[in-house]
Amino acid sequence: MQGKVIGISGPTVTVDLEDLTLYERVTVGHSKLQGEVVRLKSSGAVIQVYEETKGMCVGEPVIRQGVPLTVRLAPGLLNEIFDGLQRPLQRLGDAFGPFIRPGDVLTVDPCGNQYIFIPEKKAGDEVTGGEYIGYVEEGRFKHYIAAGQGGIIRQITEGEFCPDDPVAILEDDYRILTYQQWPIRVSRPYRKKLFPRELLVTGQRVIDFLFPLARGGTAVLPGGFGTGKTILEQAIAKFAEVDIVVYVGCGERGNEMAEMLEEFRSLTDPWTGRRLLERTILVANTSNMPVAAREASIYTAVSMAEYYRDMGYNVLLLADSISRWAEALREISSALEEMPGEEGYPTYLASRLSGFMARAGAVQTLNGRIGSLSMVLSVSPPGGDFTEPTTQACLRNTGTFLMLDTDLAYRRHFPAINWSQSFSLYDTEITEFCSREIAPDWPDMKKRCQALLNKEEKLREVAEIVGAEGLQDTDRLLMYVAEQIRSRFLCQNSFTDDAFSTPESTFELIKKLITLYDSGLAKLEQGEPLVEILEGLAQ
Amino acid sequence: MRLAEHLYSTIGSVRSQLFFVEKVHQARMGEIVRVVFPDGRELEGEVLKIDNDTVLIQIFGDCSGMDRKSSTVIFSGSLKQAPLSPSMLNRIYSGSFQPMDGKPLYVPDKWQPVTGYPMNPTKRERPQEFIETGLSCIDGLNTLVKGQKLPVFSCAGLPAKEIISRILQDSKMSKNETDFAVIFIALGLTHHEYSFYMRTLEQMTSNFVAFINLAEDSVVERLLAPRFGLTTAEYLAYEKGMDTLVIIADITNYCDALRELSMAREELPGRRGYPGYMYSDLASLFERAGRITDLPGSVTMLPVITMPEDDITHPIPDLTGYITEGQIVLSRELHQRGIFPPVDILPSLSRLMQKGIGPGMTRDDHREVANRLYAQYARGIDLRGLEAIVGREGLSEDDRIILDFSAAFEEEFIHQEQRRTIKETLDCGLDLLSRFTRARTKEG
Repeated sequence: MQGKVIGISGPTVTVDLEDLTLYERVTVGHSKLQGEVVRLKSSGAVIQVYEETKGMCVGEPVIRQGVPLTVRLAPGLLNEIFDGLQRPLQRLGDAFGPFIRPGDVLTVDPCGNQYIFIPEKKAGDEVTGGEYIGYVEEGRFKHYIAAGQGGIIRQITEGEFCPDDPVAILEDDYRILTYQQWPIRVSRPYRKKLFPRELLVTGQRVIDFLFPLARGGTAVLPGGFGTGKTILEQAIAKFAEVDIVVYVGCGERGNEMAEMLEEFRSLTDPWTGRRLLERTILVANTSNMPVAAREASIYTAVSMAEYYRDMGYNVLLLADSISRWAEALREISSALEEMPGEEGYPTYLASRLSGFMARAGAVQTLNGRIGSLSMVLSVSPPGGDFTEPTTQACLRNTGTFLMLDTDLAYRRHFPAINWSQSFSLYDTEITEFCSREIAPDWPDMKKRCQALLNKEEKLREVAEIVGAEGLQDTDRLLMYVAEQIRSRFLCQNSFTDDAFSTPESTFELIKKLITLYDSGLAKLEQGEPLVEILEGLAQ
Repeated sequence: MRLAEHLYSTIGSVRSQLFFVEKVHQARMGEIVRVVFPDGRELEGEVLKIDNDTVLIQIFGDCSGMDRKSSTVIFSGSLKQAPLSPSMLNRIYSGSFQPMDGKPLYVPDKWQPVTGYPMNPTKRERPQEFIETGLSCIDGLNTLVKGQKLPVFSCAGLPAKEIISRILQDSKMSKNETDFAVIFIALGLTHHEYSFYMRTLEQMTSNFVAFINLAEDSVVERLLAPRFGLTTAEYLAYEKGMDTLVIIADITNYCDALRELSMAREELPGRRGYPGYMYSDLASLFERAGRITDLPGSVTMLPVITMPEDDITHPIPDLTGYITEGQIVLSRELHQRGIFPPVDILPSLSRLMQKGIGPGMTRDDHREVANRLYAQYARGIDLRGLEAIVGREGLSEDDRIILDFSAAFEEEFIHQEQRRTIKETLDCGLDLLSRFTRARTKEG
């Protein structure tokens, strides 16, 4: 069915097509821009267009697609970089040059696949809907292929396949393909959600030890500009102990994405020794790419992440930054002339955000496997003001809160995570997990480390008035050790070998520092002068 | 598709520079229109919004004297484009690309839409080629690389333009002068500032292209001029293989123009009245800096921002900082103490520095020297706070040495009269470090 454009306002277009359904996909204009129906009217509909509308004319054709905005879930997602609409940027660049023009569309290569299908079922077997019938090898991963519906298998074929040909056919002629289209705004089903209780190792000491992430949990890291959000996100993307990483550059810098792509091609995963890109899906919608596609990009990413979770993998989704997504939402909302809420954001900001964050979780999948999807989202509060709506909405939904501190960043204390204001709601379970799996005295050391840091903060206030010389010897010893903890344990340079630390070495280091403090205290009691003790400790 | 220009005299309501034209046949979003006033004067405008056959138009210029009946609007059918040609070099244009130097416009090689297209991230080359600006505080501690966007955050009354002028005169961008061009974009500058910049440009031997919108010129043009400038820069960089340095002064005026127009369009105001899309709008300028894989040429950007009320959390510097790859922050305190350039080292940052320094680029010890200088100085600044409370006598000997170091660092390293090579910069830093460390070991 075809209609035409009757009005244009920023990223939204009014069309005269009737009988459209809400959130249906349409192509708009001569250059076939992608759009999504966001509002229905008595005589027509409003379309949110995912590309630049400049140059579009009223009267240009509009074609309905009959399906919602979807992603294509199939082997070959890993190792790739997509834009917010899942267009493969690498191939787009090879085909159309260094700039992305509206309407540049690649057709899916009908038979350019190098994958081989290996069946796990045979003809005559009965399968239920969603059950796996076999897999293809995608790098080191078994990429499982599910039956779209239940039935008895009539035919199943091993070997190379074309994306449009079925790998299996059921008795009722239902064709099982290796790909599926999934509507991005719908979360994929699972059997049940599990309580997150396993440590997700990030390789960052301050996070793993003090404010741990759980597999299937969520974390937000808000911070003003220059506090190292992106570097921290990238460090976690590189070193996290997960199977698959989905990284969304949402409204951020193009050069950062280029840098990341280059690094991920050459760096190796510390857990498997293979190239990082092999376990990574990148989604890049940089700040100068269309805002509507930026709004969609996090959903595109989370759908791909859920897809791999369903196969029983541990997936980590990182988004940098969720504030830019919220701003895109605001821009579209204002083009739709909706009633604004706080700071111009639409009133549904918080519910959309919680809906998105609720897609994280450790689950038992439909196939009975255990998979997890964890999220780490950075937030860029304007002016470093944490009372603004996006930060507040994130805070209500997150499990781990890592507050990045401008003062620490100015001192080049990186990662600039403020240890007195950050928190982790997974603390109890994870501490238990660590004392079981890593070291029995993990909880004890953690308590002592926190106590030391808290005490130091108080002492520093005193020292600012009376001077360091005015403190008692025990307090000066404590301040010295706390300083060591800050500079050697909490700080971690992303540009050196220290960028990654296993939980075992994290624990070893903190234990060493605290033992140092104990031995210093013992010597003080025996009457040794502080200066000598400090000199001894320095060595 | 229309083949010829369309002419209408069906102007509906008019609100300063915005008006509605009715019964328009197939208007195009972003299309350029010409408005002919009753007195024969002509102004350009752009299509902002289309609702059936009613079109909202924004005029670039002063609309006084227009009426609804006898003014006519001509629809051109095309988007705003920039006329590009190598002969555009060493000329001065207005904010709407009219020659201002009395000479006629050249014959353009090609026309290019001014909004540009987003660069495919996979085709971006990582910026890592060191640019020696000759200023120690930048070269040593906040290194600039080709293809970077590094704004100067200034405050009213601080010498931002003197710093830019020093960089223009002293930086070594290209081996060959003919491969280098400065694109200078003046936005809402006073005549005084403008003449200062132009004097610098004229004293330079390298190529330049200037787009001038002064304080008294059209506000709408202020949004157009940087886009002309950047389209020019992209053309010279990626098609002619030149290294370009884009100076935009002052982004604060640009944002104020954006706010003014947004209000005129009755859009929802965001923080401090600036529109909610200001981040995306600024990104559409700043993100045009960069390099492309396998192509010579680069677009490096040095925008100047005057922070209102010296406030770095104001929306303009704040949003800019989120987009650009670092910032050079000026300090009123250092300026008052006669230090030039008065760069506040602690909040200043170059995000691309790590890749541009070290073996093969600058000097092997660059990173180490920079880290040590920074750490010592940061500690010194902390101690100054303490000194104000307990007095110098209340500090330990070590602390006093660090205080002295910080003072010397400001006067000898940050402050400079002459151009320094990167080698001289690092040697100066090493000398400071060793002088003050030696003092410590002597007494210990």
